[in-house]
Amino acid sequence: MQWLNAVVQGVLLGGLYALLAAGLSLMFGVMRIVNLAHGVLAMLAAYLGFVFVNNMGVPWYLAILIVVPIMALVGYVLQWGLFNRALNKGGLAPLLVAFGLAVVLTQLLQEIFTADNRRIQIGSLATDSIQVTDAIYLGVFPVLTFIVAVVVIAGVQVFLNSTPLGRAMRAASDDPDTVKLMGIDNRQVYALSTALALATVGLAGMFIGMKTQFSPTYGDLVLIFAFEAVIIGGLGSLWGTLAGGIVLGVAQTLGSQVNPSYGLLVGNLVFLAILAFRPQGLFPKAVTT
Amino acid sequence: MSTTMSTEASENQHVKVKRATKSSLGGLGIAIPVLLIMAAGPYIVDRGLQQQLVTLFALIVMATMWNLLAGYGGMVSVGQQAYIGIGAYGLIYLAETIGIDPFLAVPAAIVIAGLLSIPISFLAFRLVGGYFAIGTWVIAEVVKQITMQVDALGAGSGMSLTVLNELSPGRRIAYVYWLSLVGVVLAVLVTYLVMRSRLGLGFTAIRDDSVAASSLGVRVTRSKRIVFVISAMGAALAGSMIALNTLRITPESIYSVNFAAFMIFMVVIGGIGTIEGPIVGAIVFFGLQQWLSDLGTWYLVIIGVLAIVITLFLPRGIWGLISGNGRIRLFPVGYRLVSPLSALSLTGTKELNTTSTEGVSRPD
Repeated sequence: MQWLNAVVQGVLLGGLYALLAAGLSLMFGVMRIVNLAHGVLAMLAAYLGFVFVNNMGVPWYLAILIVVPIMALVGYVLQWGLFNRALNKGGLAPLLVAFGLAVVLTQLLQEIFTADNRRIQIGSLATDSIQVTDAIYLGVFPVLTFIVAVVVIAGVQVFLNSTPLGRAMRAASDDPDTVKLMGIDNRQVYALSTALALATVGLAGMFIGMKTQFSPTYGDLVLIFAFEAVIIGGLGSLWGTLAGGIVLGVAQTLGSQVNPSYGLLVGNLVFLAILAFRPQGLFPKAVTT
Repeated sequence: MSTTMSTEASENQHVKVKRATKSSLGGLGIAIPVLLIMAAGPYIVDRGLQQQLVTLFALIVMATMWNLLAGYGGMVSVGQQAYIGIGAYGLIYLAETIGIDPFLAVPAAIVIAGLLSIPISFLAFRLVGGYFAIGTWVIAEVVKQITMQVDALGAGSGMSLTVLNELSPGRRIAYVYWLSLVGVVLAVLVTYLVMRSRLGLGFTAIRDDSVAASSLGVRVTRSKRIVFVISAMGAALAGSMIALNTLRITPESIYSVNFAAFMIFMVVIGGIGTIEGPIVGAIVFFGLQQWLSDLGTWYLVIIGVLAIVITLFLPRGIWGLISGNGRIRLFPVGYRLVSPLSALSLTGTKELNTTSTEGVSRPD
């Protein structure tokens, strides 16, 4: 029964990974930018949440409503200030700029908040649980996280499929030059895409900050988990990414069940196995994002 | 290889394709005396400075090898610390546990890293571009996590190199210094020879347009794999230099992603896609590191911002600025056409640079 419990916890964890991965997928899908600063930007959101909740006493759900728009604004500014310029340079520039940003931001967070572990306080919500059977407990907070992740992923998918801006994003992804001919400023579309991506990063970062202890360098792991969820699920489909996140989450909790120090390693090995034997991912390109 | 050769068709018109230039010959004239002076290092400077210079040499090797991979091969890796760690652990394991002479253990550790990088390349090459970058990072994390599970490698607490204590500190540091100097020369020389070879020519073609290169018969994946393995061996060399210099390694420090940051920053600042750029970048980086050492981690913030600014506004880096965008070349890996028209021209010799195979154009 404890194995079944581990699987259930892994599935719930997978929802968080999928939420993390959504922003990475979105930026790659629209602009072909692999945002290496993705993880540390999630940490920025977590620290913002930490300041609002722990230092200023704002309730966590209100803090989310503040942090998410701030992160969207950060994304908008980053796209105009850095990534659009880097895209103009072409070649390796976007990747190098993203990596530079990741290192600089990690160090800045370390200077401001130190390397100590932090956690956003959510009171009894962190420990509340529902007993399903003798051995299986569902934490209220992990269940909430999973529901939020699924709702957000569905929302982004609907947004891309059926709003004018979503259509512009898909069009800019397919053919940026033709989009310009249609009278759309693709730089503005890119900026709004990054704003949307970082809004999801902000949300994911808040949930990480409430779920676990974090430090600036935890962003490295966050980036790796998001990336693994994307690749395991298969590029191009947010639902595939959700499946990828769940596979990764289950692999990690089962690994930890064997030996607490194996969790990360088993997750990574499952990722490498997928890369070796099914490089297109489990659910390749169902819907373009 | 002859430095000047005439093409058959143009013999009568005195068109010449040449490789060496005044600046490259002049560069050689400077490089050899500089190397001789460097070789005398242990007789000139104190031990502390020698150890610092070994750190600089390790940085130059890292930058040169990362540039071979990314600047010429187009493969941005954030996971070369995997091979730095394998080189360092390999050296200490072979020297301490197996009992091989530490200075012979260095080439052995490099070969081990090269062999391990072959199966790894099959995994990493499933991914391209930015996802290749994160994929190499994951692989480096896996190598670290596996190392931490192996008791023979000291598990989570690392290993120490003690066999060198048989030597007096002065001798030990001097030997490590000389070995590292040879390492730097080898790394630069190998990169230079690779880029001058048929492989290097194919590489420039791959970087500019891999589909077109492939249609002309360049074996893209094979060429990439060769460079991937060479740069892994180079990173392992740097790793063993670090281990010899510090005598103690831990998984967290030797597999640190900061090494990836150092490599990328050095190459970008110095000038990506040239042989001189990474050397200049490593020296600048080392200088900034020393100069800003009082500022704690702020130095990485400053260097990171500098790298971003250079990527956006000065894509050829500091070396591009010094060399006038490639006119001065200390290591001529390309060819230049000396136009017959220049003989008629009143302005003297005019070099056409159209056939250059060097990475003076912006690397893609």
